[in-house]
Amino acid sequence: MSENFRSLETKFLDKTNRISFKYNGKKYYGYKGDTLASALLSNGVHLIGRSFKYHRPRGIMTCGSEEPNAIVQIGGNSSFTEPNVRATEQEIYEGLEASSQNCWPSVEFDVGGINNFISPIIPAGFYYKTFMWPKKLWYSLYEPAIRMSAGLGKSPTQTDPELYDHNHLHCDVLVVGGGISGVIAASISSDNGNNTVLIDDKSSLGGTTIFQDDENFKINDEKSSVWLNNKIKELENKKNLIIKHRTSLAAYHNYNYLLARENLADHKSLNERSNKLRQRLWKIRAKKVILATGAIERPLIFNNNDRPGIMLANSVKKYIDYFGVRCGNKNIIFTNNDSAYETAISLNKKGINVTIVDIRNSSSSMLVKNAKNAGIKIYWNHTIVDTKGYRRIKSIQIMEISEDGTNVIGDKINLVCDNLSVSGGWTPMVHLFTQSGGKLKFRDSDQVFLPNTAMSDQISIGSCNGDFELDDIIKNTISDCKNFLSSSTTDFDLVKVNCPKQKESKNIWLLPNDKPLGKTKPFLDFQNDSTAKDVKLAMREGFRSIEHVKRYTTTGMGTDQGKLANMHALGIISETAGVKMGSLGTTTFRPPYTPLTFGTIVGRNVGAFFDITRKTPMHDWHENNKAKFENVGQWKRAWYYPKDNESMHQAVQRESKAARDSAGILDASTLGKIDIKGTDASEFLNRVYTNAWSKLGIGKCRYGLMLNEDGMVYDDGVTTRLDDNHYLMTTTTGGAANVLSKLEDYLQTEWPELDVWLTSVTDQYATASVCGPNSKNILKKLFPDVEFNDENFPHMSYKNAEMDGINCRIMRISFTGEHSYEINIESKYGKSLWEKCMEAGKKYNITPYGTETMHLLRAEKGFIIVGQDTDGTMTPIDLQMDWIVSKKKYDFIGKRSLYRSDTMREDRKQLVGLLTDNPKEVLEEGAQIVQDEKKQPIEMLGHVTSSYFSPNLNKSIALAVVRNGKKLKGQKLYVPMKDKTINVTVSDFIFFDSKNERLNA
Amino acid sequence: MKNNYSIFSLLKNSISYHENWQQAWRDPEPKKEYDAVIVGGGGHGLATAYYLAKKHNMKNIAVVEKGWIGGGNTGRNTTIIRSNYLWDASAGLYDHALKLWENLSQEINYNVMFSQRGVMNLAHNLQDVRDLKRRTHANRLNGIDAVWLSTEEVKKFCPIINTSPDIRYPVLGGTLQRRAGTARHDAVAWGYARGADAMGVDIIQNCEVKGIKRNGNAVEGIETNKGFIKTKKIGVVAAGHSSVIANMAGIRLPLESKPLQALVSEPVKPIIDTVVMSNAVHAYVSQSDKGELVIGAGTDAYVSYTQRGSHDVVEGTLKAILELYPIFSRMKMLRQWGGIVDICPDASPIISKTNIKGLYFNCGWGTGGFKATPGSGDLFAHTIANDEPHKLNASFNINRFVSGDLVDEHGAAAVAH
Amino acid sequence: MFIITCPFCGERDQSEFSAGGEAHIVRPKQPTELSDDEWADFLFMRKNIKGVQFERWNHAHGCRKWFNVIRDTSNDKIHAVYKMGEKPPQK
Repeated sequence: MSENFRSLETKFLDKTNRISFKYNGKKYYGYKGDTLASALLSNGVHLIGRSFKYHRPRGIMTCGSEEPNAIVQIGGNSSFTEPNVRATEQEIYEGLEASSQNCWPSVEFDVGGINNFISPIIPAGFYYKTFMWPKKLWYSLYEPAIRMSAGLGKSPTQTDPELYDHNHLHCDVLVVGGGISGVIAASISSDNGNNTVLIDDKSSLGGTTIFQDDENFKINDEKSSVWLNNKIKELENKKNLIIKHRTSLAAYHNYNYLLARENLADHKSLNERSNKLRQRLWKIRAKKVILATGAIERPLIFNNNDRPGIMLANSVKKYIDYFGVRCGNKNIIFTNNDSAYETAISLNKKGINVTIVDIRNSSSSMLVKNAKNAGIKIYWNHTIVDTKGYRRIKSIQIMEISEDGTNVIGDKINLVCDNLSVSGGWTPMVHLFTQSGGKLKFRDSDQVFLPNTAMSDQISIGSCNGDFELDDIIKNTISDCKNFLSSSTTDFDLVKVNCPKQKESKNIWLLPNDKPLGKTKPFLDFQNDSTAKDVKLAMREGFRSIEHVKRYTTTGMGTDQGKLANMHALGIISETAGVKMGSLGTTTFRPPYTPLTFGTIVGRNVGAFFDITRKTPMHDWHENNKAKFENVGQWKRAWYYPKDNESMHQAVQRESKAARDSAGILDASTLGKIDIKGTDASEFLNRVYTNAWSKLGIGKCRYGLMLNEDGMVYDDGVTTRLDDNHYLMTTTTGGAANVLSKLEDYLQTEWPELDVWLTSVTDQYATASVCGPNSKNILKKLFPDVEFNDENFPHMSYKNAEMDGINCRIMRISFTGEHSYEINIESKYGKSLWEKCMEAGKKYNITPYGTETMHLLRAEKGFIIVGQDTDGTMTPIDLQMDWIVSKKKYDFIGKRSLYRSDTMREDRKQLVGLLTDNPKEVLEEGAQIVQDEKKQPIEMLGHVTSSYFSPNLNKSIALAVVRNGKKLKGQKLYVPMKDKTINVTVSDFIFFDSKNERLNA
Repeated sequence: MKNNYSIFSLLKNSISYHENWQQAWRDPEPKKEYDAVIVGGGGHGLATAYYLAKKHNMKNIAVVEKGWIGGGNTGRNTTIIRSNYLWDASAGLYDHALKLWENLSQEINYNVMFSQRGVMNLAHNLQDVRDLKRRTHANRLNGIDAVWLSTEEVKKFCPIINTSPDIRYPVLGGTLQRRAGTARHDAVAWGYARGADAMGVDIIQNCEVKGIKRNGNAVEGIETNKGFIKTKKIGVVAAGHSSVIANMAGIRLPLESKPLQALVSEPVKPIIDTVVMSNAVHAYVSQSDKGELVIGAGTDAYVSYTQRGSHDVVEGTLKAILELYPIFSRMKMLRQWGGIVDICPDASPIISKTNIKGLYFNCGWGTGGFKATPGSGDLFAHTIANDEPHKLNASFNINRFVSGDLVDEHGAAAVAH
Repeated sequence: MFIITCPFCGERDQSEFSAGGEAHIVRPKQPTELSDDEWADFLFMRKNIKGVQFERWNHAHGCRKWFNVIRDTSNDKIHAVYKMGEKPPQK
């Protein structure tokens, strides 16, 4: 392992910047710009991990995001760690720690490797056929064992210390992919005056052309890589162009809405990550999109094609030409097309031993001639029938292919090697195109799916559009971009290209073997260990749809989402079923293109920013006075104010007593407030509430109940007539937004003839509700100019008044049953108002109370809370609120629904009071109520909706909804709890001051 | 008779390199006439066919499926199975299904990997607590094994949940149904298909219904892309496309079809061994046997048949996931997808006869149909065979939308003081 | 995420809008005179079209105006928008 495989100079790495990192606990070195894969290869490390099912040793196959095998756990501690990171994409940094996954105790000696030996009895879908007997072992043994073997890497177990960000981006043209066609497209687009964004997932632009070392690939008589390098430099000076590196496109939604992840920190050492920002999600809306996402090299499917050291040919080329790393000392190239010859020539030029096995009979291209001239041995018309080497490939066996391509003939030839570079042709990356709703077509000549019709304004260019040779790529990219961007001339119009390759490839999806298929292991999905025989088994068992085969065999369901495996699976299905591939279709390509961290998707919306927090103007006061808060929708409401060491119960009892004995104050600012104006305002209220509004005098208040069109109670609140055509409606805290939307809906769509205008003023006013026998005295002190006697300012009326020159609206209304006032003031004065109330009430022991006490006090009075005593199934009649349902009004929202056969039933669930036999026993809210405990199945009559110990009555009280409850008054019922049964009696639901004498006290 | 599936059959077949497995179901061409045709080859439709053949001896029947069986919501859901429903009618329906799940693998000789790992429902505000306690009390009295857990007990049962009181919507407790859990969704469709096929049911894939032929007020058959199929009974189990079929028959249903999304993470070693659902912040998560975190997102608020939803919904869901499980921030979304769910106004399904003789609908399952698959199939089969509902699905008739006798399973209305 | 052209504000992301279901279901002027069936028809029964659907949208996070949209529910393509009370554009 001490041998250095980086024997070659390369301009792409910073060789002055040597970096140390740890892999499986051992220290290694690489250079700035290395990926973990290239750095490991330079140290001669090929064995990276174990496969999911059979735990077979696996190595690095590729150099990009399609990597199925070389996925590792990054980061040494439990908060920074990240599972399933592709070593081929992870750039190394000083101090990087990586380790192998899915192996125990180590990647060299993995106990799970035993699965490989029992593989004959665990083919695709075996688990559907077994583990059923005896049944109890399923729970005690089989299922736990299956679950234990789940997964590859390990989840972090601590909170992520890094941050994520979101940003919006609007542009004329988005170019995805910075290979040669993307660079040309970005250049044409920006020259044409378009605001252009070019994104590329690598650290630098140039794709595969940028490391093309072969002098025979020429553009304008320059080496193609030199030409491209100059073009990239020119891009830097373009005015209308933004280039985003290390940014990968994750999703392409309809209407050209795209998501891209920019990687800001993963290539930096932990010390360098000073601003903590790790990744940024770009939400892009582009007028036009140019996809230049490239193509991925296909593997070939033969027996034991999965060993460490078996790699894709173009990746081997990148490792040598870009990273300066040789993947072996004795290389064999196995190919069905010309492109692998580029790798062979490159290796040969660098003095590395190379042999070629080609399944074709011949190729007459210049490239192949060059290979021959260089003295490279080529086995034409041969295929690999087996490979050897457990932790690293050691040798291969090849045989000649029969004339029809279905069999092998002749003698086996054994070839020794330590690297096998495979090329099965190219698969265009059409994932993003199909994500956007595009439809594909199939090209028979080289068996590829290509973009056909797009749903949005976009084109695909370069190899993702099926152009694999340099001359085609450049010619078509230029002409397609000109058309798409309506540009007449470009800098590239006179470009001359020289490409020495031949296009013909020979495609055999599953290569023939001398052994029966059952005895071989030709892998399709390397990560999930699904083989060609699994696909054939699935088809034999009746799974004919590609989606069925995928699901039954798990082909294409690994972390690479089938980027390598899917085409071969399709090919084998098509051959086996005798159906043309074009008509077979593909499985759906689902976003994201490459896995996306949850953190990136969520961005800054974590912790305190998870959701908006709405606070009332008096919030600080509550906080300073030790209030406990309750979440009500997005609002923080003061729940209760414990003094000293009071429990919640003690605090609530104290607050409730004080409010009835002298004075209490509640922050009611969160109630929804809707300002209603217009000549038809009264008529509007008539239609939306169940009761009548036309005769409400100016300066008077009225309680209203609002239904859904289905007749069920939706919201309630007090509305005040401020003026002839001006009302102020209040709603529940949680219902405010929905009520406004609903009212606007009716107004704009059903009753446009009404002259009514609605404005939400919830945030504009703060409200302090002062109640209790001394409330009047406190108000008098606050508003000395206002007459507070009952004739002048009776219950359910309102007055304007000033406090220190600031206008206030005072409503004399009550939710506690006490003499009570609600003072509304502009929000910014809310806190002062509150403090003045506290000051004025000092001598009356004014006691701030929270929502819990409010609930208790109103329950004593039998006032409902919509959402607690109702659940969307209660009509006003059910609530025994017949008095509020106008019989005279022709119509109101929900009226018709009250007259349906079920809503008219007399024995519906109805609101009642419940008293426990033991007055100290408080019922649990939500507890169920029955009449006959013995009956089976037990019949539940209803449930407890609100329940408290009332300090003012010194007994437990509860509200409940009970079937036929109206008629059950005085009857004994039972509340069966887990450990006991509580006896209750149905009562009236007004427990306190049923004559409303205290309102005027 | 088909191969029996067992460890022994696996061993035996391994000797012949698994070359001799029989097909799990045939691929027949439609006959001219059937006694009943089930439209929709998802889990519910295949289960319906299975029970029609098994319990009602109706074997001359067919299931017609537009695409491939199990390819709709059966293959797209997050596989949660539970029966802790509030109302008696729902509890009866879903617990019937749960009891069938408990023996399903043995019954159909196909391992559906039913895993009773428990389902927790979390409460995040005081009204949640009331509602969930109410449900737990009702469950207990209905014989359903749901219990209330305090915040500490929630933490103990699932230690990775962030139960800090300082988070935006702290966990105030939750309910746990231990018999609840998950199953392998595809296997349910395949297992029922294999079982139904063995009894002679024709499962016809790539067969799209183009029209429903009526003679007056009775059905006569269906027009398909494979020709006309005569039948007197049509059971429609087409989930998101129920309205499309209903429109062919000239009736309307109280349904809206909306995109529902789900996603999985990359596979990791076991980290969460139960199912946790949170309605209030909208985060549903469990871990599959492959190790992927399976996360259910919400529906979009508009009608769409595109099988894709908007990104906002996914973002909102993952936001909630990170609120409750901040340790998942560096986990990666591997795959997201959408299905089309048909939603009833009361969030309860329809398993019902219609005003047209011989036309039956099983629809409106919204976001929660998978858990009911065996029960739904059993009860729908009963309804079709007897032209009368079973007492367990009597409440789920279409007429409830006229009478007002809804089965409102929205939970309590989302409004509060 | 599709784009809706609000007739009052112009092009905006769909996330600014809320959907209001099928359009042109007029609330009966005299609900009390309808049978239970007719009322249920108005309340609950929907065509729920797969294809070109006329529907209502509200620019909830914008001008709060309701308007009509003609959208193909099979691909979310929007064919036209028009104000409340206007006749659908002829195509």
